[in-house]
Amino acid sequence: MAKIVLDRLAAQFAGGEILASGTEHGDEWARVRRDAWIAVATFLRDDPATKMEMFIDLTCVDRFGGGGPGAAGNDPPRFDVVLHLYSVSLKHRVRLYCGAPEDDAWVDTLVSVWAGADWYEREAYDLYGVRFKGHPDLRRILMYPEFVGHPLRKDYPKEKRQPLVRRQTGMPE
Amino acid sequence: MSTTNDIKLPLSPPQTRRVVVGYQDAEDLGAPDLPTEPLPLNMGPSHPAMHGTVRMVLEVEGEKISSADIQIGYLHRCFEKESESATWTQVFPYTDRLNYISPMLNNVGYALAVEKLLEIKVPERAQYIRVIVGEVSRITDHLTCLGASAMELGAFTVFLYALKAREWLFELLEETCGARLTSTYVRIGGLSYDLPPGFDEKLRSILERTKVVMSDIGKLLDRNRIFRDRMDGIGIITKEDALAYGITGPVGRSTGLAYDVRKDHPYLVYDRFDFDVPIGSVGDNFDRYAVRVEEMVQSMRILDQALKQIPAGPVMVSDPRIALPPKTEVYNSIEAMIAHFKIVMDGIHVPAGEAYSYTEAGNGELGFYLVSDGTGRPWKCRVRPPCFPATAVLTKVLPGLFIADVVPTFGMINMIGGECDR
Repeated sequence: MAKIVLDRLAAQFAGGEILASGTEHGDEWARVRRDAWIAVATFLRDDPATKMEMFIDLTCVDRFGGGGPGAAGNDPPRFDVVLHLYSVSLKHRVRLYCGAPEDDAWVDTLVSVWAGADWYEREAYDLYGVRFKGHPDLRRILMYPEFVGHPLRKDYPKEKRQPLVRRQTGMPE
Repeated sequence: MSTTNDIKLPLSPPQTRRVVVGYQDAEDLGAPDLPTEPLPLNMGPSHPAMHGTVRMVLEVEGEKISSADIQIGYLHRCFEKESESATWTQVFPYTDRLNYISPMLNNVGYALAVEKLLEIKVPERAQYIRVIVGEVSRITDHLTCLGASAMELGAFTVFLYALKAREWLFELLEETCGARLTSTYVRIGGLSYDLPPGFDEKLRSILERTKVVMSDIGKLLDRNRIFRDRMDGIGIITKEDALAYGITGPVGRSTGLAYDVRKDHPYLVYDRFDFDVPIGSVGDNFDRYAVRVEEMVQSMRILDQALKQIPAGPVMVSDPRIALPPKTEVYNSIEAMIAHFKIVMDGIHVPAGEAYSYTEAGNGELGFYLVSDGTGRPWKCRVRPPCFPATAVLTKVLPGLFIADVVPTFGMINMIGGECDR
């Protein structure tokens, strides 16, 4: 399989920004160093050979306990922010990972690159507690504001109960 | 680019139309600028003119919206969390409830994602049946969207006509899998059952009748003054926005974005069918309506070809690690009983790995990003809901419109709570 996107990334970012890359089940993937997250995303969007103009998906994976497949290295970061991109004109895709350790869980926001990242990042923050640095409006999106914890973390029990919330009636905040 | 842009939509809308009072623009009436002050207005989460539970906190000046905050999550059912403790097969009932007016398409999308991890291909007959039930679901999806939106604009007849046709199709699907909406028909490695006898003739006769219904709907709406005034030029989404937000499906194509997964990355047997992909030009509500109408016509073309080409054969792979053994063997031999028990209790063992699989659902690219740790249950089962970005873009589209424009714009986005909130 021609690895156009991965070859372009390797040629452009030779300074160790791409920590690993490969192909799995026909999907190309690359693991990006956290400080190069925006630079790699912007490059993929603008480079004429990759042209990833379409934002597809952003989510997060909890590699709790160092387990989970695809965890990076000996001491993998607990969270992986996973980004899927697509090029409508060149019809190819790529999946990017960016690790975020548990005690310092943040990744730079991509809102400035693709406006659509806004809600997806809010969702990843809501469900996993990974913060997106520079996000203009990082609120919960699927859960309500008073919700305690981040439900998709592997250490959040499925049966956990939440405190009863009584809201003052009145105008929305 | 795709070679399919040459489809002519039935009526191309005029480029710009603003709000109309009678036949005059509001600005022409010379009304003095009355002093207004911003007023927060709460629409939803339960509002008669909005199908789907969503709350919109609008800031209005007079009738004009100055800012909009769309709040989703009222139908969050913990799809991902529940999936992580279910076996791979037990996820199917949850996928029914994603886009609950085209559940078959979600079933197919999920099954293809797991099959990508397993690296198996299902028998040809099963692939054809998946296409057939999927396209039938696409028609029910679009009929519901059009009917409900027209009803919200006062055209109740259209709603009843559309639901009448939808009911014929649902009854056919009910005959196939036993349920109208909660189908759970598809399985990893194939299907739960073959099509019922007489499916062929019944589907053909229903499609003929549905064509008549669609022509009636077209006569009622296409040149309807009220309908056109509220659709033309309202809620315009640009192609750039569609790309930046990741809007696909009928909403994305209405902006001129030529992208259909069935055409650009054919899965199942879609590469064997001759069909066109309608593309809009303006990206307003009417384009979204016209694209959906044309897509139903194209779905019927696919169905017609699929019914002609469908081969005989099994509908399930024969691999005993994936397929349940036949019931007679389960009751009569201990080996089959054990195999049955292991698959049901432990689940199908999917090799460790990650995959992103995508299909064209009613609202656009339905993606499943699966992470497996090699056990019988998913480590992560992420859905990329197609109407999530389309709802997100409303925060940008609504400001500048009037309150009444929210209803057709929201209707044509076709936000499905089950899918958007998961």
